[in-house]
Amino acid sequence: MTDVLRASAVRTATRRPGSLWRRHREWITPVLLLAPGLILFLLIIVIPTLQSFRLSLYDWDGIGPMSWVGLGNYSELFADPQFLTSLKNNIIWLILFLLAPVGGLVLALLVNQKVKGIRLAKSLFFMPLVLAPVTVGVVYSWFYDPTFGMMALIFNAFGATPPAILSDPDLVTFGIVAAALWPQVAFCMVLFLAGLNNLDEDVLGAGRVDGARGFPMFWHVVLPQLRAASFIALTVTVIGALRSFDLIAIMTQGGPYGSSSVLAYQMYEQAIFSYRMGYAAAIATVLFGVMAVFIIWYLSRVVSAEARRDR
Amino acid sequence: MSYPIPVQQARPAIRALYPVAIVVVLALWLLPLVAITVTSIRSAEDLMVGNYWGWPKSFNLFENYQAVFTQTAMARFFFNSLVITLPTVFFVMILSTMMGFVLARYRFRGNMLLFALLIGGNFIPHQILMIPVRDFMLKIGLYDTPYALILFHTVFQTGFATLFMRNFIADLPGELFEAARVEGTSPWQVLWHIVTPLVRPALAALGVLIFTFVWNDYFWALVLTQADTVRPVTAGLATLRGQYVTAWNIISAATVLVAIPPVLMFFLMQRHFVAGLTMGAVKG
Repeated sequence: MTDVLRASAVRTATRRPGSLWRRHREWITPVLLLAPGLILFLLIIVIPTLQSFRLSLYDWDGIGPMSWVGLGNYSELFADPQFLTSLKNNIIWLILFLLAPVGGLVLALLVNQKVKGIRLAKSLFFMPLVLAPVTVGVVYSWFYDPTFGMMALIFNAFGATPPAILSDPDLVTFGIVAAALWPQVAFCMVLFLAGLNNLDEDVLGAGRVDGARGFPMFWHVVLPQLRAASFIALTVTVIGALRSFDLIAIMTQGGPYGSSSVLAYQMYEQAIFSYRMGYAAAIATVLFGVMAVFIIWYLSRVVSAEARRDR
Repeated sequence: MSYPIPVQQARPAIRALYPVAIVVVLALWLLPLVAITVTSIRSAEDLMVGNYWGWPKSFNLFENYQAVFTQTAMARFFFNSLVITLPTVFFVMILSTMMGFVLARYRFRGNMLLFALLIGGNFIPHQILMIPVRDFMLKIGLYDTPYALILFHTVFQTGFATLFMRNFIADLPGELFEAARVEGTSPWQVLWHIVTPLVRPALAALGVLIFTFVWNDYFWALVLTQADTVRPVTAGLATLRGQYVTAWNIISAATVLVAIPPVLMFFLMQRHFVAGLTMGAVKG
């Protein structure tokens, strides 16, 4: 039926050629709608990315002329102990951040009940998620303060000496990651709660009829249905871990002595404080390369899901 | 039927313990936030004598928050943040509706490539953009003005927002668009009369999310601005911390103030906020 209608519509259109605009609006309009956003996207995202790749092959102080050094910045990078520290810290961030999906799932399971006041409780659990990282950074700096902070109070209550977390090179990264996990766990919790609210009732019922309980019920019946939520939680967590910058800038500025720096922060430091734009661009390119692995993995999954949906 | 099994069906002991457990976990969860809020109402004398956690000698709620506004540039930072955030939200909504509509409703070569490009752009590290974007803003004279941040955030957020709108528009009933095509409605009319009214809930969710993202940004505030007359609250709070090193009561009050707009936005629009964040988490 619709085919017949469409055919007649086409016939009407061809019978009345109309203006140039009328004949071409079918493709002109989408182009016009895409153009402003796309041009800006090219200008602010795509081209600068390529420019950074190129810049990483030069020495540049940001003002004077640029001089070609080939892969010089990269060979310097891999001999730079600060770079290796940053890279190591990025890996620590990445591994510890995997606690976020786990913690988020546990909290989601804890509050997924229909009792009085649970809505408010959920909102309060979500709250760290909407706080600015700067806010989280200040809040935790105060919490960790070794003389007056609340953690010192707790340690003293147990008769222990509170550790100076943010000035101890061995503890500092863990302290910052713990602060960063706070909103990240909340984020994952939101995702898993949405997943839990969309479980297939029939499958759950079948599982219960079959006598599945406890951990096997969770592992074989519930978790497979949370695949979409897990996938997104994992993605945002990995990207979040590699992007970490704000908390480090606020809590330690990479200190003490660069021990809490990560690639994102070291890059910023090199560009803004040392005027080494080429070197900074090389660090950014390495970070980009690491993240590209995850981005491509994510894209391949999303694009193939899209293709399935189209068919 | 839900999972886990409703607590109402559990043994009485568990039923009684459940609310207690929630309260205890929640109290631990919010402990750092409680610490900063309690500190924000303390007097300078309390801090001087080291009375950080005992009963305060006086409650300086009003004095401290007033001091933030009168003795620091915080009021100006708030104004700057609004000047940056609100136009950004507005422009993102327009651009992403236009692009999302095309991506959802037109099949053309490169559609998928564009889709992938937008996702990729959304996930890249900001540092890869930093130096060229900063140079670009310097060159066109926007560096250290609110326009630099509005322009950058608009473009960056449009990537995510377009994906969001695309998915929403793609899920609208296809018959609507089929009918419009049959009647020879122009694409502009379709966009204005069919799409725009239907995407309002999506735009509300998007608006809350973009507001929060942009309000909370720190990196670009550092990279693209310098002057106190331009810097948003996040960068302002960081500066304040350098100036008031030991005045933890003032810093705490400023921190609470910076947190209020996004928290308020979240509580007012929670449904939209959660719907926006979890759009992809439900169906895969």
